[in-house]
Amino acid sequence: MDVLTLSRLQFAITSMFHFIFVPLTLGLSILTAFMETRYVMTGDATYLKMTKFWGKLFLINFALGVVTGITMEFQFGMNWAEYSRYVGDIFGAPLAIEATVAFFLESVFIGLWIFGWNKVSKKVHALAIWLVALATNLSALWILLANGWMQHPVGYVLRNGRAEMVDFMAMITNPDGILKFAHQLTSGYTVASFFVMGVSAWHLLRKNETDFFIRSFRIAATFGLFSTIAVGLFGDMSAVEVAKVQPTKFAAMESIWESKRGVGMNLLLLPDPPNECNSVEGICVPNAVSLLAFHDPNALVKGLKEFPPELRPPVLPTFISFRLMAGLGTFFILAALAATILSRWGKIENQKLLLNLCLYSIPLPYLANFLGWTVAEVGRQPWIVYGVMKTSDGISKSVSLSQVIGSLVGFTLLYGFLGVIDIYLLAKFARKGPDNDLSTMLKPRGQEA
Amino acid sequence: MMELQITWFILWGVLWAVYFMLDGFVMGAGILHNLIGKSDGDKRVMINTIGPIWEGNEVWLVTAGGVTFAAFPTTYALMFSYLYSALFILLCALIVRGVSYEFRSKEDHPLWRKGWDTAITLGNFLPALLFGVAFGNIFEGLPMDSTGYHGSLLSLLNPYGLLTGLLFVSLFAVHGALYLTVKTTGELSRRSQAVADKLWPGLLLVAVAFLVYTNFATRLYDNYLAHPLLMVVPLLAVVFLLWIKIFSAMGKPLAAFASSSLTILMVVGTAMTGLFPNLIPSSIDPASSLTLYNSSSSRYTLKIMLLVVGVFVPIIIGYKIWVYRIFRAPVSEDEVLADKQAY
Ligand code: HDD
Ligand code: HEM
Ligand code: HEM
Repeated sequence: MDVLTLSRLQFAITSMFHFIFVPLTLGLSILTAFMETRYVMTGDATYLKMTKFWGKLFLINFALGVVTGITMEFQFGMNWAEYSRYVGDIFGAPLAIEATVAFFLESVFIGLWIFGWNKVSKKVHALAIWLVALATNLSALWILLANGWMQHPVGYVLRNGRAEMVDFMAMITNPDGILKFAHQLTSGYTVASFFVMGVSAWHLLRKNETDFFIRSFRIAATFGLFSTIAVGLFGDMSAVEVAKVQPTKFAAMESIWESKRGVGMNLLLLPDPPNECNSVEGICVPNAVSLLAFHDPNALVKGLKEFPPELRPPVLPTFISFRLMAGLGTFFILAALAATILSRWGKIENQKLLLNLCLYSIPLPYLANFLGWTVAEVGRQPWIVYGVMKTSDGISKSVSLSQVIGSLVGFTLLYGFLGVIDIYLLAKFARKGPDNDLSTMLKPRGQEA
Repeated sequence: MMELQITWFILWGVLWAVYFMLDGFVMGAGILHNLIGKSDGDKRVMINTIGPIWEGNEVWLVTAGGVTFAAFPTTYALMFSYLYSALFILLCALIVRGVSYEFRSKEDHPLWRKGWDTAITLGNFLPALLFGVAFGNIFEGLPMDSTGYHGSLLSLLNPYGLLTGLLFVSLFAVHGALYLTVKTTGELSRRSQAVADKLWPGLLLVAVAFLVYTNFATRLYDNYLAHPLLMVVPLLAVVFLLWIKIFSAMGKPLAAFASSSLTILMVVGTAMTGLFPNLIPSSIDPASSLTLYNSSSSRYTLKIMLLVVGVFVPIIIGYKIWVYRIFRAPVSEDEVLADKQAY
C-alpha cells in the first residue's frame, strides 16, 4: 500500500460517509419545510406535530452531515496538495462560493429554527427552515459544479504551470455540473421520500398514530413519485453527456470493448477485463445503446480497446454500479407509483405487502447514491481532472505513509463510532413516534407561538 | 494586480480574525464547560447559550479554508499538507465537538451526559491549542525549501508554538467566560465572571511573555521597525486587554466581552501585520516563503472572488446580526426546563 492508494481509500471512505447524511438532508429539509408551511397555512396541529417529528430526525442526521463536511473541505489540501495547487485557481472558487453563499445561510438559520420556536412568529420560523432547505440545495449546486469541472474541465487555460480560470460563466453553466446537480438533488429527494415512507410504514404496520403516518406517507409518496421520475430522466441525460465527453467512462459503464455502429444493449452481460471481452452476453435489445446515448440507432460507440489500457477505468466496478443504479431507479419509480396510488385512493394502512416493501427499501436509495458516485468517480479514473491531470499526479508530496495510515485508521474508527450512535438515535426517535403533548409546544412567549 | 493581491491578503487576515473572535468564545465556553457548570441544569443552560450560534461561527473557518484555496491555492496546498497530522487531530476534535452539542440531550443516562461533557471540553480545548500551535509555527516560519517540508508533528511542539497555543487557550477561556457571564443569569453568571477574573492575570502574563518571545523567535517585528506607525495595532491589543479587566471590575460584563472580542481581532491583526507580505514564511530559506505575490490566484479569479465576497459578506453580516439580536436575552434554567425543544 502506498500513499496514493491509501489517500484514495481515505477520500472514498470520508466522502461516502459524508454522503450517508447529505442526500437525506437535501430532501428532508424540503419535506419538513413543506409540513411547517402547511401548519402555518391551515393551523392544523397534526402538521405541527409532523414538523417536530420529522424535523427532529432531520437534525440528528444534519449534525453528522455538517461535521463530516469539514473533513472534505480540508482534505483537498491535506492529501491532494499537487492537485490543489495545480487547479486551485479555478477549483477553489466554487468551494469558497459554496461557503459564502450556502453554508452561512444554512448554519445561521438552522440555529434560529432549532432554538427559535418561542422567539419568532410562526411565519418567520417557517421561513427559517425554507432558508435552510434553500441553502443545502445551493451548497449542492456549487460543490457539484466543482465536481462537474473535474469530470469535464471548461473555462480554463494551462498557464504559469497550472490551470487558470478564464471563463467563470463557462464553469457555472458547465452541462456536466448542472446535470450532476439535477441528478443529485432528485436522488436526495428520493432518499428522503423512501425514508419518510419507510418510517411511516413501520408505524402503520403497528397501527400507531394512523392518521399522522398516513398523511406523512402520502406527502412522501407524492414527492417520491416526482423525484424518482426526475432522477431517472436526469440520469439518462447524464449518460448522454458522459457518452459525449467521457468516452472511456461510457464504454466501461456499458462494458463495450470494440468500437461499433448501432450497438445493442445486452440485458445479460458479464465483463471479462483480463481478456478484454464479455464472457456472457444475452437478451440483446438491438441498437438500444446507440439510441439512448446518441439519439441515433446507428451511432458509432467507441469501445475500450480504442484506448491504451493505462487510460481505461476499472471496468467491473463501473459497469456493475451503473447497472445496479439504473435497475434500482426503475424499481423506485414503480414503488413510488404504487405508494402514491394506494395512499391517495386506497387503504394504505391495510396494504401489508407494500408497507413491508417500503420499510425494507429504506437503504436502497442510499445504495443507489453510493453506486452513482462509484460510476462517476471510478469511471473517471485514471484521471483526477478528465484529460488534464492524472490522479497519481495530484497527491501531496510531503505526506508520509505513516501519516496517511494514521488518519485513515483514525477517521474510520471515529466515523464508525459516530455513525453507530447516529443510527441508534435516528432509530430510537423514529420508533418513538410523534410527541402528542402540544401544551409545551404551543406555549406563547414573546410575540406569539 | 498588486492591489488585488494585497486586498486579498487583508481579507484573508480579516476572515481568520473574525473566525477566532466568534468561535473563540464557543471554544472558551467549551473549555470551561465542566469547570463552570456544576449541575446538569447549568450545563444545559450553557449549551443553550451556544446552541443557536456555534455553527454559524464555525462556518467562518470553512470560509477561511475555502478562501485560502480560491485566492492563495499554493498556500492552501502547502499549509494543509505540511500541517497534516495537526490538522487531522484538529478535524477529529471539531467533529466530536459538533456532534456532542446535538447528541448530549438525546439520552438521560448520567454516563451518556458525562461522556459528552468530556467530549465538549476536549473538542473545544484541542482546537484552541492546535490553532495556537499552528499559527505560532507559521509566525516562526515553517522549515520548508524548494525540496519540500522538513518538519513533523513533534517539531511543531516547540516552545514558541506551545506558548502561542497557551495564549490562544487562555484568551479564548477569558472570552468564553465573559460570554457566559453575559448570556446566563444568577449564580451561573456570577461564577462565570469569577472565573474570568481569576484567569485574567494569567492571560496578561502569557500575553506579555508572548510579545517578548516573539521578538526572539520570529521576524514579525521587522515590519514594525520599518514603519513605527503600525505599532498602533499591538498597542490597541494591549489596551483592549486592559479594558477587559477595567470593565469587569466596573461590573460591565458586556463591555468586557466587547473588549475581549476586540483584543482577539487586534492580536490576529498584530500577527498579520507582522507577516505581511508573507502568508507562510520559510524558516530555512527565505526564497521559499509563500507570499501574497507568489502564491495567489490569477487576476481573473481574484476579481471574481472579490465580487462574490463583496456582495455576500455584507448580506451575511446583516442576517447574522438579526439572528444574534433574536437570541440576545440571557438563557435561564427555568426557560430551558420549560422548553422541550431545548438541548
Ligand atoms: C450533493 C450535495 C453535496 C456534495 C456532493 C457534497 N456536499 Fe458537503 N454538504 C452538503 C451537500 C453536499 C449539504 C447537504 O449541504 C450538507 C450536508 C449536511 C449539511 O448540513 O450540509 C453539507 C455539509 C458540508 C460542510 C459543512 C457545512 C457547515 O459547516 O454548515 C462542508 C464544509 C462540506 N459539506 C464540504 C463538502 C466538500 C468539500 C465536498 C466535496 C468533496 C462535499 N461537501 C460534497
Ligand atoms: C468536488 C467534489 C469532489 C472532488 C474534488 C473529488 C475528488 C476525488 C479525489 C481526489 C479522489 C481520489 C482519487 C481517485 O481515486 O479518484 C476521489 C475518489 C473518490 N471520490 Fe470523489 N471527489 C469529489 C466528490 C465526491 C463525492 C461527493 C463523492 C460521493 C460520496 C465522491 C466519491 C468518491 C469515491 C467513491 C472515490 C473513490 C474512487 C476510487 O478510488 O477509484 N467524490 N474523488
Ligand atoms: C434511473 C436510472 C438512472 C440512470 C440512467 C442514471 C445515470 C447516471 C449516470 C450516467 C451517472 C454518471 C454521471 C457522471 O459520471 O458524470 C450517474 C451518477 C449518479 N447517480 Fe444515477 N442514474 C439513475 C438512477 C439513479 C438513482 C435512482 C440514484 C439515487 C437515488 C442515482 C444517484 C446517482 C448519484 C448520486 C450519482 C453521482 C453524481 C453524478 O455523477 O451525477 N442515480 N447516474
